[in-house]
Amino acid sequence: MAALSSSTLEAIQAQRTQLLAEWTRDLEDKGATRNLKEQELQQQTQEFLQLLISSLQSRTGENIGTAGWDEIRLFLEKLSNSRALLGHDSQQTASFIFTLKGPLFALLQKHFSDEPATLAEQLWVVSELLDALGMHTIRTFQRSREAVIKRQQEELLELSTPVVKLWDGILALPMIGTLDSQRTQMVMESLLQRIVDTGAEIAIVDITGVPTVDTLVAQHLLKTVTAIRLMGADCIISGVRPQIAQTIVHLGLDLQGVTTKANLADALKLALSRLGVSTVKAG
Amino acid sequence: MNLRSSGTQPVRLEQDVVLARQTARKLATECGMRLIDQTKLVTAVSELARNTVVYGGGGDMDWQVLEDIGRVGLRLSFRDQGPGIPDVRLALTDGWTSGGGLGLGLTGARRLVDEFDLQTAPGEGTCVTITRWT
Repeated sequence: MAALSSSTLEAIQAQRTQLLAEWTRDLEDKGATRNLKEQELQQQTQEFLQLLISSLQSRTGENIGTAGWDEIRLFLEKLSNSRALLGHDSQQTASFIFTLKGPLFALLQKHFSDEPATLAEQLWVVSELLDALGMHTIRTFQRSREAVIKRQQEELLELSTPVVKLWDGILALPMIGTLDSQRTQMVMESLLQRIVDTGAEIAIVDITGVPTVDTLVAQHLLKTVTAIRLMGADCIISGVRPQIAQTIVHLGLDLQGVTTKANLADALKLALSRLGVSTVKAG
Repeated sequence: MNLRSSGTQPVRLEQDVVLARQTARKLATECGMRLIDQTKLVTAVSELARNTVVYGGGGDMDWQVLEDIGRVGLRLSFRDQGPGIPDVRLALTDGWTSGGGLGLGLTGARRLVDEFDLQTAPGEGTCVTITRWT
């Protein structure tokens, strides 16, 4: 691959101010400056150009993965993080770099107007370089977004496994949200584990917070009931709302072997009576 | 019968099933369906969208809000370019499954809606269209 010639570098350095002005103007035209203070943008463009020139001056080659580009990569990582926080999307973030292409190409065109071969070569080098830097920005942007999503997923997993003890020997599992996917698996495993740990005789699975009960959800529930029974405990499913009940009938699901109740209070009452506990009002 | 609005969304991954359900619930609410009808439709969407992902290898969901004299309806199509269904009669039998499910998804979905249409041929994918009126 051809290298960036010193003549190009000199041209960039010489016309720095003009380059900056055109770049900023193009950025504003493209709407990539949304929510961004003018002063902040000025500072960012200046710093980027400064870093770019010094990296090019250090003659470390055009591979941005090398040590000579450390500073500029760090700068772009900080930039894309701050853009992500400002609510910019990846396109707006990347256009920070890609917008520089226009003014820079115009500059080169003027500079090498009588040497078309050199022009083409230098254009290619600069284009490759800016593409690599732009891609790096997008990659970082994506990574910070993914980190947020991953954290939320983990928080959700944590949230969704509260097995609570209602009484001596009675456990309750209030299910919330979607009951497909591996989340269910985790929830069920923790319930079974708690049954072992506490020696509970009755487990109540409450599905009030589950908006949709389809065949897959029903299958998960049936498997859970079977597993609980195999462990010698009993299972009651509570929170079967009228619309869910009708839907289950239409789906043709057979829940006949399973004890179900409309709400958690009824399920608890049944569980208590099975344990031989009776409750009376004081006084 | 007039078309009020329409749209398409991808059903490729397990997570898309959740999104398809949410879209269906939103549309059904906008159509003014009662809670029980909403729940039935959303459950049918859940079954069909999951079939599209699991058996069809992913596809798309088209939705249309229809207007007829005195009633509003929601029509949803689930298209995939998967292997298709070789024996439709068998597939529409309660309790029969080619996978590990309960074998009630397709037949259950049919019972949950007003209109049900299944277009399929081996090697040419599957398209299931359901409609529910208010």
